Amino acid sequence: MVASLLSVAPSGIPEPFLRAESTAGKFFLMFFAVAFFAAVFGLVLFLASLLKGKRGEQGQGMLFAAPAVLLLAVGLLYPAVLTIIQSLRGKSGDGAFSFENYSAMFSQPELLTVLRNTALWVILVPFLATAIGLLYAILIDRARGEAFAKALIFLPMAISMVGASIIWKFVYQYKQTERPQIGLLNQLFKLVGLETQQFLLEAPLNTLMLIIVMVWIQAGFAMTVLSAAIKAIPDDIIEAARLDGVSGFRMFRYITLPSIRAAVVVVLTTIGIGTLKVFDIVRTMTGGQFDTSVVANEFYNQSFRYNAPGLGAALAVLLFVLVIPIVAYNIVQMRKEA
Amino acid sequence: MAHKSPRRTAKVLATLAVVSLGLAACGSSSDDGDSGSGDSAATKIDCAPYEKFGDLKGKEVSVYTTIVAPEDGPHIASYKPFEDCTGVKIKYEGSREMEAQISVRVKGGNAPDIAYLPQPGLLKTLVATGKVIPAPPETEANVDANMPDWKTYGTVDGKFYAAPLGANVKSFVWYSPTAFKDKGYEIPKTWDELLALTDKIATDNPEAKPWCAGIESGDATGWPATDWVEDVMLRTAGAETYDKWVNHEIPFNDPAVATALAEVGKILKNPKYVNGGYGDVKTIASTSFQDAGQPILDGTCFMHRQASFYAANWPEGTNVAEDGDIWAFYLPAKDETTKPVLGAGEVTAAFRDAPEVKAFQTYLASTEWAVERAKTCGTGGCLTANVNVDPTLLKNPIDNLSATMLTDKNATFRFDGSDLMPGAVGAGTFWKGMVNWITGENDKATLDYIENSWPKS
Repeated sequence: MVASLLSVAPSGIPEPFLRAESTAGKFFLMFFAVAFFAAVFGLVLFLASLLKGKRGEQGQGMLFAAPAVLLLAVGLLYPAVLTIIQSLRGKSGDGAFSFENYSAMFSQPELLTVLRNTALWVILVPFLATAIGLLYAILIDRARGEAFAKALIFLPMAISMVGASIIWKFVYQYKQTERPQIGLLNQLFKLVGLETQQFLLEAPLNTLMLIIVMVWIQAGFAMTVLSAAIKAIPDDIIEAARLDGVSGFRMFRYITLPSIRAAVVVVLTTIGIGTLKVFDIVRTMTGGQFDTSVVANEFYNQSFRYNAPGLGAALAVLLFVLVIPIVAYNIVQMRKEA
Repeated sequence: MAHKSPRRTAKVLATLAVVSLGLAACGSSSDDGDSGSGDSAATKIDCAPYEKFGDLKGKEVSVYTTIVAPEDGPHIASYKPFEDCTGVKIKYEGSREMEAQISVRVKGGNAPDIAYLPQPGLLKTLVATGKVIPAPPETEANVDANMPDWKTYGTVDGKFYAAPLGANVKSFVWYSPTAFKDKGYEIPKTWDELLALTDKIATDNPEAKPWCAGIESGDATGWPATDWVEDVMLRTAGAETYDKWVNHEIPFNDPAVATALAEVGKILKNPKYVNGGYGDVKTIASTSFQDAGQPILDGTCFMHRQASFYAANWPEGTNVAEDGDIWAFYLPAKDETTKPVLGAGEVTAAFRDAPEVKAFQTYLASTEWAVERAKTCGTGGCLTANVNVDPTLLKNPIDNLSATMLTDKNATFRFDGSDLMPGAVGAGTFWKGMVNWITGENDKATLDYIENSWPKS
C-alpha cells in the first residue's frame, strides 16, 4: 500500500529515497510518512473546525471517520473484493467465471486433508490452551511465587512462532535408536527403552505434534488474561459463597467460571482466530509436507508455488468465511456485557 | 451481573487481537549480499563489446539468485572485470526462497534487473506475466557462439529471452574409492550390475546400507527424488520418450513413467537398501540433501546419487579424487552402448530494459565471464554451459569430469525434466508427489496425482 502511494509521489523526489534502500532514504521515508500523517490530521481538524451547529456535528463525525474509512476501503475492502473475484475465475484466477476452485477444495483428496487438519487445529488449540491456562491460573492464584510461576508459562509468548517452531523441531528430532540422540523427546523414549519415533512424519500424529507447539505458545496468553479476571472477582462474592459452604470444584463451577465468562470467551475466540490463520509453525516445521498442511499454508503454496492464484484465493476466502462467525460471536458477547 | 474488570479486559484484548492479527500479515526480507571480494587481482578483459552500450559509469544492475554464502563470493568475484570495464556496479542478492519469491516480486512490480532462474519452466511462467525482457542481439550472438545446444532452454515460444549460465551434471553416484577397494567392489558398468552390486553390498554389510538418500530441501523438498526418476527414465525409456514425457505428449502416468518409477522404487523403497546412516525408507523425506551423502564417510552407506555440485558438501579436507576418500562414478545405463547424461543449469532473465542490464547479460554469456568464473572458483561447482572454455581451467576434478561428460560426443545430454515442466508441476506437485511416494504412497496414486495437476491449457 505504502509503495503504491509513494509511486504517485511527486517526481521531484529522487527514486532511491522512496525505495528506502539507504539509511538516509529510510529516515527520509519515515519523516515523510510522519509529516504526511500530521498534514492529513491537521487538515481534518481544520475542516472540522469550520463545521458548526447540530448538522455540523454530524459532519464532524463523518469527517473524523473519513480517513479510516478510506484506508479500510483501499487496504481491506478493495483487495477482499479482488480476491473473491479471483477465486471465481478458475485456477489461474483470470479465466472464465466458475465454481471450479470451490469444488476442487471440497473434492481433491489432498485439499480435504488440509481441511481436516484445519478442523483439528481449530477444535484442539483454543480449548486445550484455554483449559491449561485456566487450570494453571487457578492453581497458582495467591500461591507463593505466583509471579515467577506466571512468568514461566508466559515466556513462550515472547518467542516468535518461527523461533518456537525451530526449538520444537529440535525437540522432535529423529535419529536411529542406536545412535546418539539430538531430540529431547526421542532421548526420553530411548531412556525408557522405546524405539525412537519420527514424530513429524507420521500423519495424523504429526499434526498433533504441531498443535502442541501452538498450545505451548498460547497457554501463557490464556493464563495471563484469565488470572487477571480471577483476581477481579469481588472478594465479597467469594466470602459469601464460602459462608454458604461452597468450596473446591463447586466454587469453580458456580462462582469462578460464571464470573470470568466474558474473559474466557475472549480468550477462546482470540486463540481460535489466531489458530485458523496458523502458518508459521506448519511452514517452519514441515513445510506442509507429510499431510500436515493447513488452509493458510496451502493458500500460500497454491498462490505462490503451484502457480494457481485462483485456488489460493478460494482458500483465502474460505479462511475469511470461517473467521467471520467467531468474530461475530465475539462482538455479540462484548455487546451483551457492555 | 457484569463485572467491570473482565469487560474492560475483554475490550482491550479485542483491540489488541485486531492489531496483532493485522501486523501478522507484514514481513519482508532482503539481504544485500554486498560482500564482493576485491582480493583477486582482476583480470583485464577486452572492453570493446560493452562500449557500444554507451557510457554506463555509475549505473547499477541488481542480480537476484538462489546462490547464497559461501558460494556467492566466487560469483561476485567473477563480475569484477565487467565492473572495471564499464563502471557498472553489480548489486548481488541471494536467497534460498528465491524460486518462490521471484514471482511475487515480479507481480508486485519489484522485480530485480536480472534473475538467475534455476528452472527453464520458471522462465516460461515469468514470460507469461509479460515482464521478461527478450535478450539483446549481442547476448544472443554470444549464446550462439558459446552454448548453441543450450539456447533452447532460454527460449520461450520461439523467442530468445535468457542466456544459460551455470551448468551441472546430475548422473553421478558418489562413493568411496577406498571402501570399494577394501571390499573388492567394482564400478558397475550397466544398470543390472548396479542392482547386483547393491544387493551384494546389502548382504556383505549387515551394519550398513548400500544407498543413502535425502530429499529435504526447505521449500524445494522433493527435488532430489525427481532427479532419480528422470535419470532412470532416460535409461529405461530412452531420450525420445523422455522428451515426450517432459513436454506432456505422453501423460505423466504413462506406463513408461511407471516402469521408471518402479525401477527407482527397487532401490529407494527397499528397506534393505536404504537409508544408510539414517534409518528406514521414510527418513529419506526428512534428511536434508546436503547431509544425505555424508554417511559414506563413516562407512554406514556406500553409494549416493547426486549431481556434480554435491562436491561442495564434503567437509573440508576430504580428498575428492579418483583414488581418494570420495569420488563419483557415472550412473550406468542399461548397457554400455548408450550414455544418457542428465544435467541442469540456470538461465539469466532480465526485467529492466536498460543498456547496463543488456551489457551485463552479454558479459554473462561471454567466454570471458566463463573463464573468469573458472579462475575465481571457490570450492567447485563452477562449470558453465559455455563449450569454448578449456576444461583444464576448472581446478575441481569433478567439475573437470563433468565438463568432459557435457562435451562427450557419444553422450546423449538431456536437461533436468522437472525444471522444464510447468512450474506448477516441476517445482510443485512433482516434488510433493515424490515426498508422499517416499512416505508411503504407491506408484500409481503418485503418478495419477501429478498427472491430474498438469495445467490444462
